Amino acid sequence: MKVAVLKGGRSLERGVSLRSGARVEDALERLGHEVLALEAGGDLVKRLIDGAPDVAFVAMHGPGGEDGTAQELLEILGIPFTGPGVAACGRCIDKVLAKHELRAAGVPTPDWFAFNETAFRELGAADALGGLEERLGFPLVIKPSRGGSALGIKFAENWFDVPEALVSAFSYDERVLLERFVDGRELAVSVVGGEALPVVEAIPQAGDSYDFEARYEIGRTSFVCPAELDEGEVSAVVAAALGAYEALGCSGFSRVDLILAGDGPQVLEVNAIPGLTDTSLLPQAAEAAGMSFEQLVEKILELALAPANA
Amino acid sequence: MPEPPHRRRAHVSSSDLERYAGLFAERTRVMRSSAMRDLMAVTARPEVISLAGGLPDTSTFPPQTFAAQMTRIAQESAAEALQYGPTEGFRETVDCIVEVMGAEGMLPDPDDVIVTTGGQQAIDLLCKALVDPGDAVICEAPTYPGAIPVFCSYQADTIQIECDSEGMRIDELEDTLERLEIEGRRPKFIYSVPTFQNPAGVTMSLERRRRLVELARSRELLVVEDNPYGLLRFDGEALPPLYQLDGGDFVIYIGTFSKILSPGIRLGWAVTPPPVMEKVVLGKQAADLCTSTLTQYFVREYFGAGSWRKYIESLCELYRSRRDAMVEALGDHFPAQASWTEPDGGLFIWATLPPYIDTSDLLAKALREDVAFVPGQAAYVDGRGRNSMRLNFSAGGEDEIREGIRRIGKVVAEQVELYRALTGEQPAAPAAPRRKPAEDENVLPFRKASGSGA
Repeated sequence: MKVAVLKGGRSLERGVSLRSGARVEDALERLGHEVLALEAGGDLVKRLIDGAPDVAFVAMHGPGGEDGTAQELLEILGIPFTGPGVAACGRCIDKVLAKHELRAAGVPTPDWFAFNETAFRELGAADALGGLEERLGFPLVIKPSRGGSALGIKFAENWFDVPEALVSAFSYDERVLLERFVDGRELAVSVVGGEALPVVEAIPQAGDSYDFEARYEIGRTSFVCPAELDEGEVSAVVAAALGAYEALGCSGFSRVDLILAGDGPQVLEVNAIPGLTDTSLLPQAAEAAGMSFEQLVEKILELALAPANA
Repeated sequence: MPEPPHRRRAHVSSSDLERYAGLFAERTRVMRSSAMRDLMAVTARPEVISLAGGLPDTSTFPPQTFAAQMTRIAQESAAEALQYGPTEGFRETVDCIVEVMGAEGMLPDPDDVIVTTGGQQAIDLLCKALVDPGDAVICEAPTYPGAIPVFCSYQADTIQIECDSEGMRIDELEDTLERLEIEGRRPKFIYSVPTFQNPAGVTMSLERRRRLVELARSRELLVVEDNPYGLLRFDGEALPPLYQLDGGDFVIYIGTFSKILSPGIRLGWAVTPPPVMEKVVLGKQAADLCTSTLTQYFVREYFGAGSWRKYIESLCELYRSRRDAMVEALGDHFPAQASWTEPDGGLFIWATLPPYIDTSDLLAKALREDVAFVPGQAAYVDGRGRNSMRLNFSAGGEDEIREGIRRIGKVVAEQVELYRALTGEQPAAPAAPRRKPAEDENVLPFRKASGSGA
């Protein structure tokens, strides 16, 4: 089979995407497929038309690749592709939209408020911030609505931290959310073809648990898979993750990030196209389920070509 | 037929990862990467105007000179130029080094000189010879961003001393030395880039140079003077290097051909007292046996031709107008709350924004406008410098510099505007009333923007 691997792009997660893509290409070759490696750029469509692949493996992360842009193109070109469709990608990449969908579907997610930059610039939204303390309380987590990894995510312990954190978050996106901080265990559930893989737990090594950057560094955070959870916890976490996956209309594969607090799991976000690098969580979870990376890649391809997706 | 080996390595499973992780040395824990690395990866896109690098403009070096010299080496000394050389470097290379240092008034003993693979290796070898885990190393705040990973990988306790318009603050240094003494600790060395500092662009005053050298002599402390830019002076009178003031007893000197000839040849050097040299040579033997023989031959040829000073003069002229272009553009496009240094030489300007702007985050916004800089945090070990940035003016042409600064100015102005909308802060009162006092306020001197901005 001829498989196009889409990678790179202009997003801040370009580096991760290139590594995901390279690893997928490698696995596809080992599986005996013909690989058409395509770094996203001005000639992408032309190269897709010329290359005429049977299926496209989308290994792009962040805006431009994970937000439905690449998927829309592939739909127009009539090329089946891996991972969630256009609408699901659009919902997942926008944390605010995703949270609305989750809440509507009854999936637990921390309370939040969202603001557009124009609301502050033109509508005096700063005056609305006053209600936040009462309704969300401190500490708060302030994040850009669209954006992957830990970039632009700030922790506000009190009022003084808020304007500065907003300025940072607005550097990444014109829409930000202020979310109630939920203290608990950090978990990730990868879902492949509607089935949950073993739960991964991220345990920060460093003392300061609010150092979001540490989450993404080997050695500063350790990952345990399967996470040490009792049966009841596992089923609650998996139920929340599958609920989120369905609520956002995901298909193929995705990863759901949650916090397990004292009163149960809370879904933070769903990554439509999670990382597939050596250190990424989805491949780790697959391995814990006894699935090699090649098997995972083959499975994802099968799902892309399944009649429901065709 | 046997299966051919895979083009790439087999994939790493998570159990492999754990196995490797179990083998990592303790020091890798302090060798940090960060989300900023992902950002910097995006700066490599060809459409990005990068003011982030520290690159000299090597396009000014005449290709025919390069070709002629390499041809001569190939024709006359192929076997030798392709062979290993002495660990300390060739005597002929050292002669060139003595000549370069002489141009700045220094007279090193050739036996005190070791040729290294760039100035960077000299920093590494000195740390290797001097620093045990936990040892105190003192440097400037901000300091050369490339020195930080070296200090970290030797697990030094890096202490940064604030800089102002006259370079490192010696009073603060003295306080720190007192404090360390009370703790029963002696810093292994004080690292300084006294002339056209990277990243701040400032130059240590003569008075402070004297005080620093006196301090080193009276307390018997080593000072490491890193001087890559001393000859790239566009304005004003040259000041004596610390090495010259001290005579080489307590000042170790690091030099490089990177900024006056080419960074690609990877040729630098260190000048140290003989006992230190002995350990540095042993360290270099272990690291790479010797510095590239071929490029040492190139330097010998190049200096033999005698036009090296002329080339530096041409660089100075070029960089002067680029600096002027950048300073002018900063005045035109940066908001009134911003400030920046105006260096008399070197490659960098250090700009400081209002304290509520985190330049690491700003970089993400700037990259959408296809422009890049180095966020100030890279020049600190302790998270300071968040509202500053390093801007390079040597790599690109004047138009590119103006356009780059215009784009950065635009995103800065947008953030200033946004903060104002968030806090109701008025332009006349830059001190944010609702903001707690920041500890990281930069005290570097500056000239206020005269231009429009926000």
